[in-house]
Amino acid sequence: MRTPIAYFLMLAGILFAMGTVGVLINRNALRIFMSVELQLNAVNLTLVSFARLHNDLGGQVLAFFSMVVAAAEVVVGLAIIVSIYRRRRTIDVDAAREMRW
Amino acid sequence: MPLDDVVFWVFAPIAIAAAVGMLVTRSVVYAALFLVVNFGCIAVTYLVLDAAFLFAVQIIVYAGAIMVLFLFVIMLLGVDRIDVRSERLWLQRPIAIVLAVGFVVEVATALRAGIGFATHAPEGFDLLQPAGNTQAVAEVLFRDYFFPFEATSILLIVAAIAAMVLAQRKVRAVTQAELGEELADGSEDEAEVEVAP
Repeated sequence: MRTPIAYFLMLAGILFAMGTVGVLINRNALRIFMSVELQLNAVNLTLVSFARLHNDLGGQVLAFFSMVVAAAEVVVGLAIIVSIYRRRRTIDVDAAREMRW
Repeated sequence: MPLDDVVFWVFAPIAIAAAVGMLVTRSVVYAALFLVVNFGCIAVTYLVLDAAFLFAVQIIVYAGAIMVLFLFVIMLLGVDRIDVRSERLWLQRPIAIVLAVGFVVEVATALRAGIGFATHAPEGFDLLQPAGNTQAVAEVLFRDYFFPFEATSILLIVAAIAAMVLAQRKVRAVTQAELGEELADGSEDEAEVEVAP
């Protein structure tokens, strides 16, 4: 493989930054959730890149575990969003403020 | 130009463009579809990085299962009702973008100081996995990481049950006596179950 590893890490960094922007500027819970997924994927790309850089399959296994946990997280998170929507008819994250202070 | 470079320079810009599209599009459904494109491009970069197994897992789990779940929830809640854009903190957006650019510059600086932009991956990754990537990953997974692997199975069961508990509708229990009364009243519909709001 001739592509420098740093390019992949750079791509992961850019995607992570964009996911962070998505989390910060949105109030729609679903959009925030999608941005979190983008961040998770960027981190997975980092893990796989380092696995290649160090000739160590442990990184790929860790990325695999990360995907499993992400799947569980999505299931529970979406269930919470559905349940919040049922209760207050909105998924604006500013609306759920009971536990804020 | 070697083939790896071509694949990377084709799919990396598409991934970034799809992420930008996800951020700027007004429709939640389009955002989810842009995210599918982005996940597909990341999957292709896994292939360039000699992670064929994760390529398949990425396509199946992320681009398949997770995004279908997202679209399903969007459908369940109703597209027109969740597509609200309230913007009260007008300073938030420029600050977020400035901080993101700062983060990217920081990553670039760290990479330059750390491994450098000309470092190629070492040869010999293929020798580690004579029977292919999937078998090599399976050997590491089931030999060194067997306990975490079993723990994830518990995690998945707990998550599935949690999702069912969280998303269920509360249905008022109908006692046998009430059921008998309603049947005795007879005439209209049979035993209508009331759904609590």
